[in-house]
Amino acid sequence: MKITQISIFLENRKGRLFDVCSLLGQKKINIRALNIAETEEFGILRIVVDKPAEAVKALKENGFVAHLTDIVAVEVADQPGGLADILKILNENNVNVEYMYGFVERSADKALLVFRFDDPDRAISVLNSNKIKIIGSKDIGGL
Amino acid sequence: MEVSYWNKEIETLARPDLEKLQLQRLKEIIGYALKTHFYKKRLEKAGLKSPEDIKSLTDLKKIPYTTKDDLRENYPQGLLAVAPEEVVRIHTSSGTTGIPTVIYYSREDLNNWTENLARSIVATGAGKKDVFQNMMSYGMFTGGLGLHYGAEKVGMTVIPIGGGNTKRQIQLMKDFRTTVLHITPSYLLHIHSKLEECDTKLEELALRKAFIGAEPHSENTRKKIEGLFNIDAYNSYGLSEMNGPGVAFECVYKNGMHIWEDGYITEIIDPKTGALLGDEEEGEVVFTNLIRKATPLLRYRTRDLAFVYKNACPCGRTHRRLSRITGRSDDMLIVNGVNVFPSQIEEVVMRIPQVGTNYQIYLEKDGALDKLIVKVEIYSKMFSGDINELDKLKTRIGEDLRASIIITPHVELHEPGSLPVFEGKAKRVVDNRPKL
Repeated sequence: MKITQISIFLENRKGRLFDVCSLLGQKKINIRALNIAETEEFGILRIVVDKPAEAVKALKENGFVAHLTDIVAVEVADQPGGLADILKILNENNVNVEYMYGFVERSADKALLVFRFDDPDRAISVLNSNKIKIIGSKDIGGL
Repeated sequence: MEVSYWNKEIETLARPDLEKLQLQRLKEIIGYALKTHFYKKRLEKAGLKSPEDIKSLTDLKKIPYTTKDDLRENYPQGLLAVAPEEVVRIHTSSGTTGIPTVIYYSREDLNNWTENLARSIVATGAGKKDVFQNMMSYGMFTGGLGLHYGAEKVGMTVIPIGGGNTKRQIQLMKDFRTTVLHITPSYLLHIHSKLEECDTKLEELALRKAFIGAEPHSENTRKKIEGLFNIDAYNSYGLSEMNGPGVAFECVYKNGMHIWEDGYITEIIDPKTGALLGDEEEGEVVFTNLIRKATPLLRYRTRDLAFVYKNACPCGRTHRRLSRITGRSDDMLIVNGVNVFPSQIEEVVMRIPQVGTNYQIYLEKDGALDKLIVKVEIYSKMFSGDINELDKLKTRIGEDLRASIIITPHVELHEPGSLPVFEGKAKRVVDNRPKL
């Protein structure tokens, strides 16, 4: 169960992040998870939203460079070692994590993390067989 | 003022004799030009079928101007006038749009070039006793090798270090008591700013002269350099199409550069109409090379703007003086002494699929040195969301540009539509450097 992440190219220019967020706000699109990878002059804003198709349409119409990427959202026990347990399983099964980041909100005793894997399908089957809960796209809106 | 000559007879030849020599050499060079594919057609069309059709120097006017485009279009062999085995050196330049230009030199051509540099060096008062640190690049750029051979001919002690590596430059200046430098003015100013960092005091150096060239500069820059280092600085002019440095050089009077007129016929033209201009009138400099047989060039448009002084120089040389270069009649940029055409940059960035349709070139000063910034818009369809790919793209653009223009620019990636869009002729070059 993969979900869609939107990657947006942003040059490090004043107000650029604001431009993205305010556009999504106007379109009543909610950001669920967010991460920025940056270099000196530009960055990539990665977001998970409740309405990805609408978000991409709005972004492109407003001249942003956006790309859709498959990611996997995983529920992690919110306790010491919770993330380590999952990484151990991935590691033992030779699944590579390209990057990961946390959701904005979380449920009572679980944290939600977003993973970008080099091979998402295999990662999902490894996680499933280890009974680790994966969040589907329809859950994103209802979180 | 003490005046020395390398070749007093030629350097002080009376004008009528100098012109007689020019005519004799022009005829000879026309003979060689007629052996080239390019000039044979062009000269015959102008009614010049043999050297004997040149009766006087004014017959030169029958020949159309030669441009850099002509050189490009006839690359690589269309202007070769001697048997290939007679060629002992090749210098190429990157041309304006990726197609290079080439100059071939025979043994005799190199000797003639070196003779002009020996004259130039001695005209500044430098000589055999000097230690000469040649800080211009060697290789395809003619600046390094040209002065190198001239300095050896004069008998100077030559340190062929080439450009860059400031710490080592300063160390060598100290260790070998360097007295004369050959360097771009911006790099020399940069060196001064690094002396303290290199724990070196001016008094530890033995500098007395610098030959500064490869980039246009003002009298104020010369004065600044002379004051900072307590040396004499001499303006040097040349271009690879006319062999390289040593086309014109200042003497001890430092008031304009003597053009070695037995080697080069100089004309100043209106760059728009091509009409000939008079003494002291500024225009584009046009040269006919009289001393290179392997690649003859007749009435070559340099695109450099300058004028020729009318009055004779107190040094006694009869060869007229060229003013400082005040600008260009094309869009060529000079970045730390390296010639760059915006079209070369365009050619490179536009063949990279991840680059969008817009780009801009910025020139800034980073201390005393020039900084070239190339801003490109990324092509949205090629964006994969991967930051490493963008980093690789930046590196690739930098490397491709370096391969074409020899210098490594600073590359910036921008969002599509973020660089200014121009209607009509785009203003893609923004030069924020204060005039040197």
